[in-house]
Amino acid sequence: MTEPGRRKRKNPILRTRVPLLPPSGRSRVALGLTAAAALGRFELQVCGDCGTVQYPPREACHRCLSLALTWQPQSGAGELISETVLHHSHDVYFRDHLPWHLGMVRLDAGPTVIAHLLPASGAAPCRVRIVARLDKAGQAALVAVPDAHNISERAPDMANDTHMRELICDPRQRKVLVSDGKSPVGQALAKALVSAGAEIVWVGCAEPWKRPPGLDELNRLDSVTLVPLDVTSSDSVKSLGAELGAKVDILVNTAEVHRPYGIAARYGVEAARSEMDVNYLGLLRLAQEFGPVMRSRGADGQSSATAWVNILSVYALSNFPTHGTYSASKAAAYSLAQCLRAEMQPAGVRVMNVFPGPIDDEWNQELPPPKLTAQALARAVVKGLQEGVEDLFPGEVAQEWLARWRENPKVLERELAMSR
Amino acid sequence: MTSATLTQLVADLACGAIRIVDLTQTLSPDTPPIVLPPEAGQCWPFRLEPISRYDERGPAWYWNNFSCGEHTGTHFDAPIHWISGRDLPNNATDTIPVQHLIGPACVIDCSRQVAENPDFLLSVDFVRSWERLHGRIAPRSWLLMRSDWSKRTDPVAYQNFDEEGQHTPGPDPEVVRFLIEERDIVGFGSESIGTDAGQGAHLRPPYPCHYYMHGSGRYGLQCLTNLDLLPPVGSVIFCPPLKIRNGSGSPLRVLALVPARSDPAGAPARNP
Repeated sequence: MTEPGRRKRKNPILRTRVPLLPPSGRSRVALGLTAAAALGRFELQVCGDCGTVQYPPREACHRCLSLALTWQPQSGAGELISETVLHHSHDVYFRDHLPWHLGMVRLDAGPTVIAHLLPASGAAPCRVRIVARLDKAGQAALVAVPDAHNISERAPDMANDTHMRELICDPRQRKVLVSDGKSPVGQALAKALVSAGAEIVWVGCAEPWKRPPGLDELNRLDSVTLVPLDVTSSDSVKSLGAELGAKVDILVNTAEVHRPYGIAARYGVEAARSEMDVNYLGLLRLAQEFGPVMRSRGADGQSSATAWVNILSVYALSNFPTHGTYSASKAAAYSLAQCLRAEMQPAGVRVMNVFPGPIDDEWNQELPPPKLTAQALARAVVKGLQEGVEDLFPGEVAQEWLARWRENPKVLERELAMSR
Repeated sequence: MTSATLTQLVADLACGAIRIVDLTQTLSPDTPPIVLPPEAGQCWPFRLEPISRYDERGPAWYWNNFSCGEHTGTHFDAPIHWISGRDLPNNATDTIPVQHLIGPACVIDCSRQVAENPDFLLSVDFVRSWERLHGRIAPRSWLLMRSDWSKRTDPVAYQNFDEEGQHTPGPDPEVVRFLIEERDIVGFGSESIGTDAGQGAHLRPPYPCHYYMHGSGRYGLQCLTNLDLLPPVGSVIFCPPLKIRNGSGSPLRVLALVPARSDPAGAPARNP
């Protein structure tokens, strides 16, 4: 732990550590654990025939051999029954992080799991809660956190634990670039990141002559610096990437164009093209200029490059016809973000995709509530970083869409086509 | 005109007796584009994407794709640009008579007034005062309104927005009609982002320079620079837009031929 006070600066004489990953091989069935952890959930296989909860994941129920296994959310409650400390490892990743604390936790639901321990976890025997987080390799890792009743007082210590910091993307003491500060979302995010302890928040500003409301106020915050950045201009993105790229630990792409039209309601391609230019090509430009240097800093000490956040839309999952071209541009951005995630993975830099429902802004004036406020979205993003999730669906609309989409995408498509 | 005239012109250009002044802003991604309300259609800013730069995309050559609107940077407005000029003959960039694209220029210096008031409107009285010094505006001249606005190199200062919109100079409705009906100018040029004032939407009619000029088959030039290097009268400008079929305008290079002996900015010319 390096708290409190200012983080010790990097010794520039020493070779920067190369990003290393913990073992990442998983069977197809074991990826179910990862898929849940990506959403911040701890799920285990439950047998539909005999009700057994099992771990580790298998193709069939270990008790009755049934194939009727479903992934179901778990409370994670259990007892830490033993613990040990790893002082030696042949794995290059763990060698860098020794000593490593491990323990066995007997879940109330049945199985016993081996989990990472934190200093805050407590000493065996004690009650703990298992949570699933993504490790640097992007795979699920089980962590024993203190039992619910005392989690809040120990949470700050936990977030500062060097091993926990490997599993999350806490913005505290990190340098963040918010790509566009003219929107309410961009401004709320910059403020939320400052509140979360970010050391520097650079906020991109395109077309400064438009004097976007709120930017002056934002600029008065000590840790905020406005920088020229227009994601429609390769030249602009390249300039800022060259200037700041090697400093950015977390990049939050808030740049977006949203015009509420389908195909018939807006003749021509220009509105849609500007959506694609910002929402899709803007991400591509940022990824080409900032991605490589962030990849090189995946293990750069306590303030390494750690996360890339894309503010997408839940419409990326399924087209919302009254916002049809916007949906299409967000679907394109989502697809590209998956490519970016695959390319950032070897460096352990997490790509977090955020899928909000309608935001309470000028382009959703005609949509009825509930709408997500920019502040609520910003809080959710910061929390998502602090918990290290990979896919975030903030707000009740997004959660509902996600549930419906997972249940049956075709039914959702039909329902959306009818909602006008 | 005879071949001797051209021979003399070339000789004068070679020896510097006639100077060439570039009235064009440099096009770059930083070139400020015209701003419209966000729900309206938008003019593209200038953008440059490399095709290759002596690299794996093209080993021995460097070239770019560029994109911009017809009205980005220093640009030409054709009559078809405005609703009032839509039905005129030869009203688009490909059909404009080319003889209209080279002509004498009258430069009216409003820079002192604009320095005091960015919303300055050129008036008939102002033009008549200028004529008393420099002679009557010759028919088929270009009227260039010098404001020194192009010296605002910071895009924020160049755009000059506040909460009520843009504040840049332009002509008032009366002088536009005067220049068309009583002086028969061929077109109107300005240094700011429109031929109309930034607050021109609130004049009657809205955007009078666009409305009347294009409605009578005349042209506009915007985002000019170096007008302070031109004499009030005596220069000739070259302003051919790209030959875009049915184009409403285009970015272009505007060049002025200036007699080297003429005295720029202010001194009375010997002849109109």
